[in-house]
Amino acid sequence: MQYVCLIYFDPKTVFNGSAESNAVLGAVGPNNEAMRASGHMVSSEALTLPHEAITVRVRDGKVSTTDGPFMETREVLGGFVLIEARDLNEAVQVASAIPFAKLGSVEVRPVVDFSKPRPQL
Amino acid sequence: MSNPGARDALEAAYRTEARRVLATLIRLLGGFDAAEEAMHEAFAAAARQWPEQGVPANPYAWLVSAGRFRTIDRWRREARLERALPELAAMAETTPEPAMPEDIQDDELRLIFTCCHPALAADARAALTLREVGGLTTEEIARAYLATAPAIAQRIVRAKAKIREDAIPYEVPSRAELPARTDSVLQVLYLIFNEGYAATEGPSLTRGDLSAEAVRLGRLVAELLDDPEALGLLALMLLHEARRATRTDAAGDVVLLEDQDRSLWDRDRIAEARGLIARAMSGGRIGAYTLQAAIAAVHAEARAWAETDWGRIVSLYDLLERAAPSPVSALNRAAAVAMRDGPEAGLAAIEAAMADGGLDAYHLAHAARADMLRRLGRTPEARAAYERALELARQPAEQRFLAARLDQLVKDQSSRLV
Repeated sequence: MQYVCLIYFDPKTVFNGSAESNAVLGAVGPNNEAMRASGHMVSSEALTLPHEAITVRVRDGKVSTTDGPFMETREVLGGFVLIEARDLNEAVQVASAIPFAKLGSVEVRPVVDFSKPRPQL
Repeated sequence: MSNPGARDALEAAYRTEARRVLATLIRLLGGFDAAEEAMHEAFAAAARQWPEQGVPANPYAWLVSAGRFRTIDRWRREARLERALPELAAMAETTPEPAMPEDIQDDELRLIFTCCHPALAADARAALTLREVGGLTTEEIARAYLATAPAIAQRIVRAKAKIREDAIPYEVPSRAELPARTDSVLQVLYLIFNEGYAATEGPSLTRGDLSAEAVRLGRLVAELLDDPEALGLLALMLLHEARRATRTDAAGDVVLLEDQDRSLWDRDRIAEARGLIARAMSGGRIGAYTLQAAIAAVHAEARAWAETDWGRIVSLYDLLERAAPSPVSALNRAAAVAMRDGPEAGLAAIEAAMADGGLDAYHLAHAARADMLRRLGRTPEARAAYERALELARQPAEQRFLAARLDQLVKDQSSRLV
């Protein structure tokens, strides 16, 4: 079986620069190594903060987009697809072709570029 | 890989041909989304086939034909053939596009006019042109506009939907519409050029690729349209480009116009610009781009800073203020007045230009005012103005320049006190 572990947090708790949060962020790399070594890790990605997200829906064949992750309250996370695209607009175009965009919504969020500094909140 | 050069050839083709391939595919397939998908498939096919079969002699023609073939094939498979039968049959039967340079240029010109269509929101036009014609990514455009990528992405999605819903035609406008439509195109091109010439943020002061693209498109528009302001804009961009290498030093720091090594200015570009200005002015209607180019040409022609014809520059700015009044050109006029009549007159002119508040957030206005105050020996006021300019500047090179000016001022002051 494969399982997806979905990580939820309050960004203000994680990126507030406190000793506790820095310790947690520092432990992520070694734990990923440990999971890789034990054969449990399939793949992992960090996501940028929600203000970099765009949500794509297709209704009546028309693509609409909303800034941010604005899911309907009844919607639940149903799966994910990791894609490679030239830029955010190409990603939106690819996302709009995912059939679920017609019934639910697809949130497009860049994965973190670790060459950039960590956010400060 | 049987052909090790194929990967390089593909990357080169992506850099140089992608936007042109897209422009042609939009015409052939009748829409942005279909064309983008087709282009993506064409490059994917090239990645598979070029290493095996060799790099085609004409990558543009190969990619256009591969993209079109695959899309029509897919439409057929998706059973859309029935609905679009007459149209599709015609598309499929057309012989491959001749890759004549003028055809490619016509497609790019169509694309520019579509992206700059007045029915689209003004901010969407620039974003769309930068992405579809200039080949920038959404993220690069967002950085240029200090906006978030989702905001820009949404602007582009909406603009494309508008093009589709309003059936905005993919064509060069008719003669009657042409002047107004051309203004919008020139505005967008100058925006792109300026982003490349003085990147608002980021480590490098100039982004040559963006400016080069704006010049390329400006040349295309000037060549294909008989419009004096298109000539004026091209001249203006060429004159800025002629000085590019001397605008920053080896460390990436700003070199002021008065300190630039004029022997390094590109005389060919300056000569070309002079010819364009003469052509633009022969038409009678002298517009804002032509006047700005004429001002830049006065600078380019002066052998030394001290030999600059400031009287001529002030009178060209007076014409510009009438043709297209703007706070920034009022400020530049004030700086020329300072050169012609001295710092006291300059300060009065700068403060008049700043009076209505339109320049409050413009770091160069505060820097210019600081410079006048410094020259008049009003050191504490000069210091406050430099500090304000430094607060507002976003470019590291400009920040270093202003910080150095401020440092010098403090040193001069303390040496006087000792």
